[in-house]
Amino acid sequence: MRYLARRFVHAILLLLAVSFFSFALLQLAPGDFFDEMRLNPQISERTVEAIRAQYGLDRPLPVRYERWLGAMLKGNLGYSMATNSAVAPLLRVRARNTLLLSGTATALAWLLALPLGVWSAAKRGALGDRIGALATSAILTIPDMLLFLGLLLLAARTGWFPTGGMVSPGIGEANFWSRAKDIAFHLVLPAAGLALVMTPVLMRHVRAAMTEALDSPFIRAARGHGISRGRVLFRYALPAASNSLISLLGFSVATMLSTSMLAEVVLSWPGLGPLLVESIFSRDVYVVVAVVMLSSVFLVMGNLIADLLLFVSDPRIRLENE
Amino acid sequence: MKSRRKLWGALILLAVFHALILFAGFFAPYGFAVQDREMPFAPPTRLHFTDARGKVHLRPFVYGLKDDPANPGAYVADTSELYPLRFFVRGAPYKVAGLIESRLHLVGVEGDGRLFLMGTDGYGRDQLSRFLYGGQISLLAGLLAAALSVFLGVVIGALAGFYGGWIDELLMRGSEIFLALPWLYLLFAVRAALPLHIAEWQVFLLLVAVMGLIGWARPARMIRGVVLSAKERKFVLAARGFGASDAHLLFQHVLPQTYGVVFTQIALLIPQYVLAEVTLSFLGLGVGEPMASWGTLLSSLQQYYVLSSYWWMFLPALLLIPLFLGYYTMADALQERLKSVSL
Repeated sequence: MRYLARRFVHAILLLLAVSFFSFALLQLAPGDFFDEMRLNPQISERTVEAIRAQYGLDRPLPVRYERWLGAMLKGNLGYSMATNSAVAPLLRVRARNTLLLSGTATALAWLLALPLGVWSAAKRGALGDRIGALATSAILTIPDMLLFLGLLLLAARTGWFPTGGMVSPGIGEANFWSRAKDIAFHLVLPAAGLALVMTPVLMRHVRAAMTEALDSPFIRAARGHGISRGRVLFRYALPAASNSLISLLGFSVATMLSTSMLAEVVLSWPGLGPLLVESIFSRDVYVVVAVVMLSSVFLVMGNLIADLLLFVSDPRIRLENE
Repeated sequence: MKSRRKLWGALILLAVFHALILFAGFFAPYGFAVQDREMPFAPPTRLHFTDARGKVHLRPFVYGLKDDPANPGAYVADTSELYPLRFFVRGAPYKVAGLIESRLHLVGVEGDGRLFLMGTDGYGRDQLSRFLYGGQISLLAGLLAAALSVFLGVVIGALAGFYGGWIDELLMRGSEIFLALPWLYLLFAVRAALPLHIAEWQVFLLLVAVMGLIGWARPARMIRGVVLSAKERKFVLAARGFGASDAHLLFQHVLPQTYGVVFTQIALLIPQYVLAEVTLSFLGLGVGEPMASWGTLLSSLQQYYVLSSYWWMFLPALLLIPLFLGYYTMADALQERLKSVSL
């Protein structure tokens, strides 16, 4: 239990640090809203100061940070000047879309990488393993951007897949099932692209972890006892390799988020990525900070979930402090 | 033996690539901002050996282009006149590595002929020239940022590993924050805090600084690991026993053991940072027009008609593959050597 508590406190401290950084970024942004008001000769300096005081901008930085953090925790993420609405509802839709895309892609990548990695570790040095190694290296050297642009070109040329967006126009009135089908159809291209980028990385790690497990003496002992190949592989070696794979799951969230941003922008998936780029161009500071904060929350959550899974799966960690 | 051959192969590939970029002025037929308004989106110029009457020329030549009457916006070869390809021609002046002025170009055609080996963009600018000049920005940004990251990583990792205790605790907690931040988002966030339009060199320095400052955490943690085991080696303990100072121990005995990790990390970080620059400039947040960088070269692909009709606009992205292949192979080979040494 102490392990879990420690990880939890750690995650909260991390988020605090990130929030501090985000707030500093807000302060760093050149000028504030009232600079323009000061240029107006009809508004006296005293009026401007009074309004600033009204908004609490005359307070010292630590006080403002505390207030800002309090507001963030209550779900008040600020106000988007560009779209003239609160940030929170704007973000909710985009975050849902990003989670849908990266969740699907993560699941897809693991479903591919796990069997392929286990298989190539079991057949180490065989032709299939070498072809797999070559293919993963080949995909790794292709820039992500080129991959996504290539997929977009494929969609544009063949018309097999939609070239952007998340729903077809006019689908709003349709019933739930046809809407879900439409979204799934739009999801194919970006999810496939993301999974294609992630799978080789994951596969390499799975292979390395499995190789290490298969080389340990207890596996040779199990083989010597005449236990079948499949059972040795999946009941003996895979659980032994699972620790580093679970840590990898946590770590892969970070890569997934960054790659997903690029995929969303290139393939126009309405997630957090395009929102971030738009809000940078329209100098919508609160949206930028909220997106950065939210993506850090996703990342920390991903790591926390990995820690939880480790706790559940590994008795050594569970019994560590008892 | 095998890893040695792999390493040399990668090094040669990288040396050629970097030489092409460094001497962009010599290898590029034109300047990066030279426009030919008559020739937007001209396809890559084909080199010919046989002319329209079937006569074979030993020296390759190119045809001029004229508008295709049947297909507006496209070009057909104008076979009435040939422009032979010349080597070591005098052309527009440029500076080698920003210092020595020269007018010598590797290839070119004379008169009204045009040599667009990778086609032209929407302003009729030669893509090959822009790719070579663009590399000077993108690659330099990647190299400098990787060097900065790894330098910080060495300093922080060595301090944490060598001294341990609360220094180690503090630095490693700090590194966790940087690992927890989604770094591409962070890069964008920092970019957002600055004015949209700032001078080119400022953007460049900013990119390098931000990428370099964000990325130190991973190399620092790896170097700390190496330092931790390195300082317990017998010969280091012996040197300490002889009364060697901390500085002597660090620089003479401990840091040399981290070189393998240092070079591997640099080789892995450079492609990552080049890609980050490409991403930012692609979205219009990095180095802007008319300067060329690999990201700005690709940014026109955001327009649907460019993406679907002009395949040569993809060429700059395809040329990144050999570069990345070189760096990844180098990192691979270094890692293999490292393993065989430590065994």
